[in-house]
Formats: sequence, C-alpha cells, structure tokens
Amino acid sequence: MRLVLVGTSHHHAPIELRERVALDREQARDLAARLAAGGGEAVCLSTCNRTELYVVGADAEAVERAAVAALAELEPEVEQALYRLHDHAAALHLFRVAAGLDSLVPGEGEILGQVRAAHELGTTAMLLDRAFRQALHAGRKVRVQTAIGESPASVSSAAAALAEQVFGDLDGRLILLVGAGKISEQAARNLLTRHARIAFVANRTLDRAEELARRFGAEPVPLERIEEQLVAADVVVASTSAPGYVLDAETVARAVRQRRGRRLLLIDLAVPRDLDPAIRELEGCYLFDVDDLEAIVAETLAGRRSEAERAEAIVNAEAEKFHEWHASLDVIPAIASLRARAEEIREGELRKAEGLLGRLDESQRKAVESITAQIVNKLLHLPTVRLKQAAAAADGVVYAEAVRHLFGLGEDEH
Amino acid sequence: MAELLFWPVLVCYGEAAVGYLGDARRPGVAGRVATWGVRVGWLVQTALLAVQAAREAGFPWATWAGSLNLFVWLVVGAYLIWGCRKPYRLLGLGVMPLAAALFVVARAGGGTGVGTRSHYSNVFLVLHVGLVLAAFAGFTLAAALSGLYLWQERRLKRRVTTILRRPAPSLATLDRLAGRTVAFSLPALTLGIAVGIVRLVDNGDRVDALVAATLVTWLVWAAYVVLRVVRDWTGRRAAYLALAGFMLVILVRLALPATHFT
Repeated sequence: MRLVLVGTSHHHAPIELRERVALDREQARDLAARLAAGGGEAVCLSTCNRTELYVVGADAEAVERAAVAALAELEPEVEQALYRLHDHAAALHLFRVAAGLDSLVPGEGEILGQVRAAHELGTTAMLLDRAFRQALHAGRKVRVQTAIGESPASVSSAAAALAEQVFGDLDGRLILLVGAGKISEQAARNLLTRHARIAFVANRTLDRAEELARRFGAEPVPLERIEEQLVAADVVVASTSAPGYVLDAETVARAVRQRRGRRLLLIDLAVPRDLDPAIRELEGCYLFDVDDLEAIVAETLAGRRSEAERAEAIVNAEAEKFHEWHASLDVIPAIASLRARAEEIREGELRKAEGLLGRLDESQRKAVESITAQIVNKLLHLPTVRLKQAAAAADGVVYAEAVRHLFGLGEDEH
Repeated sequence: MAELLFWPVLVCYGEAAVGYLGDARRPGVAGRVATWGVRVGWLVQTALLAVQAAREAGFPWATWAGSLNLFVWLVVGAYLIWGCRKPYRLLGLGVMPLAAALFVVARAGGGTGVGTRSHYSNVFLVLHVGLVLAAFAGFTLAAALSGLYLWQERRLKRRVTTILRRPAPSLATLDRLAGRTVAFSLPALTLGIAVGIVRLVDNGDRVDALVAATLVTWLVWAAYVVLRVVRDWTGRRAAYLALAGFMLVILVRLALPATHFT
C-alpha cells in the first residue's frame, strides 16, 4: 500500500487561497470517508495554515489524482499551489508538521492537538493509524526533549510570561486594563489563561470600558480615576490611542508609596506610548513597551530556531523507524510464507520419523521438538533480517520475489 | 577512610560548580549532570561525616576546620532542597563554587580527618556548634537567593531580551523563599548563641571578637526579619540587607576563628 500526501500550506498559498480550501470537522470527516471508499485510508488535516490530505491506496497515481480532484473541487485555483509527496517523504512531512517544524512559528503547540483531531476524524486502518500515532509520538518527544515550545512567540504571550517572571503563579493577581481595544483584550486573555483576574478596565469612554468589564467580570473605571486602582493592581496593560502619556511617573510614584513594597508590572502596548518611561526608575516597578516585547519575542524565536535543529534530528529518526516498518510490509508476506513452509517441512519430517520417535518418552519427544524448531529458527533468522534490511533499502520486492522463487513459495496454489 | 572520602566529594562539588557554569551558558545536560554531582557529593560527604562520628567518641566537628566541613554539608544539604529543580539551577552557580572552596579550606585545616575531639561536652557542642552552623547555612542560602533576586531584578529592569529564553525563578518566589529561610534560621542562631553565652558566663570567660561579630550578625538578621514584617522591607532592600548579613557570616566563619576555637 502506498501513502500519498496532497496539500497546501502557508509556504505555498496566501490566506485568500487557503481559506477557500479550509475544511471544518464535518467536511474533513466526510472527505476522508469519501477518499477512503473502496478499502483505502484517508485523513484530512485542515488548520488555518494548511489543508492536507493523507491518503493510502494500492495505486499511488490514482490516489493522488483523486486527492487533487477533491481539493480542486473546493477551489480550482489551488491546484497550482499543491504539493504532492509519496511514502517516506509524505510520512516525514507529517512528522515535521506534528512537531511544529513546518509551522509559521516553529514549535507552536496547537498543531499537535490539530493532528490528533484529524486522526480521530479520519478513516484509518493499519498504515495511516500507525503513521499518525508515530507522528504524535514524535511531536510529543520533540516538545519534551527540546525547548522549542517553551518560550512565547507573540507579544501578548511574552507579556504574560514576563508577569510570571515577576510574580510566579498568576493565580488571583489583579489586572488593570487601560484602554478597551482589541490589543488590551488579547493581552488580557493570555493573562486569564494563567488564572490572573481582570479586575479593572479603564477607558476614556466609559461605555466601552463597561462593555469589556462586563465580559471579564471586572469593574469599569473612568480614566481620571486610574490612580486609585493602581494601588490595588498587580499588572497594568495599557493600549489606548491617546497622543500622550496616560500615566506619568509622579502618579505611579504616589501609588507605589501606598503599595507597601508590592511589585507592579506595567505593559505598554500603545504607540505612541501610554506610560511614562521614567516609571522604570521607580522601585518595584517593571515597565515593558512594545519594542521591548518585540525584541524579547524575536530572541525567543531565534532560540526556537536553534532548538529546531535538534527537533529535526528527532523527527528524522522517528520517520526512519516508520519508513523501515512501512517497507517491511512488502516482505512480510514472503517471510510469513517462508516460515510457514519451513514449519510444514519440519512437522512433515517429524511425522515421517514417528516410528522411531514412538519409543521416546514425553520429555525426549519435547527435546526433539525443541531442537528441530531451534534449527529452523536459526536457519531463517538471517534471511529474515536481510529481507527486512533490503525492504528498507527499497530492494524488498526483488528480494521477496527471489525468496518465493528459490523456495517455491506459493507454487502449490498455482 | 575519612581522608579517602574527601576526594570524591571534592570532585563531585567541583564538577557541579563547573556544570552549573556550563548550564548558565547553555541550559540542558550540563545542569542535570551538575545536580547529580551535588546529590552524589552530598551523600559521600554524609558518609565522610558518619566515618568521623564513628571514629570519635564525641562530637568531632568542634574545631574551626571541622565545623567548616559540617557547615559545607549543611549548606549543600539546604541547597539540595531546591537545587534539584530546574529553575533553581542558577542558585548552584553561587552555592557550589563556595561549597567546593570552603571544603578545600576545611581539609587544609584538618577538618576532614579524625582525631579532633574537643574537651567540651557533646550536648553543648551539638547545641551550640550545630545550631549556629545550621543557622549560618540557612543564611548562606538566603544570601544566594537574594543574589539571584538582584540578578533577576536587574534583568527585568534592563529589559534583557534573553529573559524568557533563560527563565529564572520569579522575583516573588525568590523573595518569599529568602524570607522563609531567614525566619527558620534566626531562631536556630538565637538558641545557639544563648547556649554559648550561658557557657561563657559559667566559665567566667570574656566576650571575644568572634562572639561580638556573631552578635552583630544576629542583629543584622533580626533586623531583616523585623523590617520585613513591620516596614514591608521586601525585594531589593531586603536582598541587599541579606547580602550584608552574609558578609558577616563569612567574616565569622573565616576571618575570626583564631580567637574562639581553642
């Protein structure tokens, strides 16, 4: 059976094209079932960065044509942006995808869950089941053995990670959002996933503050009253469109005096900046603006790229194991026939010698059985190993035919 | 036997010191190997102390060098409580070179051998020397935590771009751990000093330079606890005070022993 991959990703197609071939869960399940009809296997992996069809069938060309047609049905233009990979190359690609090595941000963690979901929705049997299980194993191994996914890859996740560098556990830490725009909200969501609490939302227009505060169960505050909340908050996230500083150093200094030594992290996501850089000089205050966060993210991405080299080695080793297993499928019927033939001969010869063996007691008979079985096993061990090696080196079919010919395997059936 | 055990301990502690340096440059295998060095070294040093205790009829660490050996064991033992955890490996960079160096000094003074029995009673020595050394070990660890706090705070203040590639324990955690370590160590020092002063008064001896410096050390660490509770002295100010207290610990441990250990 041949493994075929047909797909497109952020490397080959712009978002305008990718979104036209994106599949939801139902569509992915139905398409996989359709492609697998007639005894094949299929899995559709569709994320915001890629749509890929992994299909198994006896005729690789026919399988590839069917997969291309299925995607072209969704959007004819996509055909120019498709990649087509077979067998080892297809498996290696899947393993790299699961490890996050083909992602826009190397090592991003979401893809592993998406690969798992695609596997669950697919129509799989021996080959694709094994390929996806091993890909998920490779993905987990990469994340455990390398630091590729440890550091944040976006400004908002970097802000949350910095909060952890100051406070450790963010459980129950109070967040003051200054500005009720999308950027504040995104940063706040990242902090919320780490169990911080959005306590106050301050905005120049109170209506917008109330709307966002309601969503987070926070208290809306007019921008003029922000100083009072500074005493209680642990993290300030600012992203207004104000032309000047919304918070100056004197205001923060007054609040700091009432904070009894508690630390304050200030994240300024606005351009022009909302927070006076002189705040940085105040004891217990840690201020990061957009440039700082972007520099930190760039550095962590560089770290991810260097970890990616180690991850590639892990993925290659896992893909090689899969390749050996897949290749061995070509020779396994020949090996099974050879062993069955040898066993048949052994049992036949033992039956012929029944007259002599009849005089042996039970333990002696068992010893003869064991010795003959060992002889057969030892004789067949090396040919079995060599056949599997040949299969891995792409000569498996030739060797399997040679074995069938030399030992006359399957001739009785003909 | 005790002398034979010295070398593996030194090799393990030395390896740990070098390993932690490597881990600071490129986190990974070096840090794990270093942590194993600390574990194995500490176990071998425990065996060394056991051999010393078995060979002597009484408390074998009453000399200055012997007490230094015990002090190193206590410091490394205290470090092991957190040192095995990945974020605290940086702490090892401060603790393990110091431990290795002090262990060599202890050997140079004959503190890793046998035959160093004191004429004082065992109960007095266990209470006085044991408690004071345990407290000093705690203060050493608190100082290392405070040093790490100042380093981490400096990175946050300077917005160092590698801060998330090489994460350290959070400021809040380091501050809290340092405070707790001192809170546990100060009562031990208080009791250890009290036992020593009772003996001093009973014998009609005079207060020597070491006793005076130890009392000043106690005052500094007591101030650390009081200011922390009453005046909210946490963070940077508390860290500087802890380092000042540690300087006194080093002075008491290394610079003024001749006046006290007789």
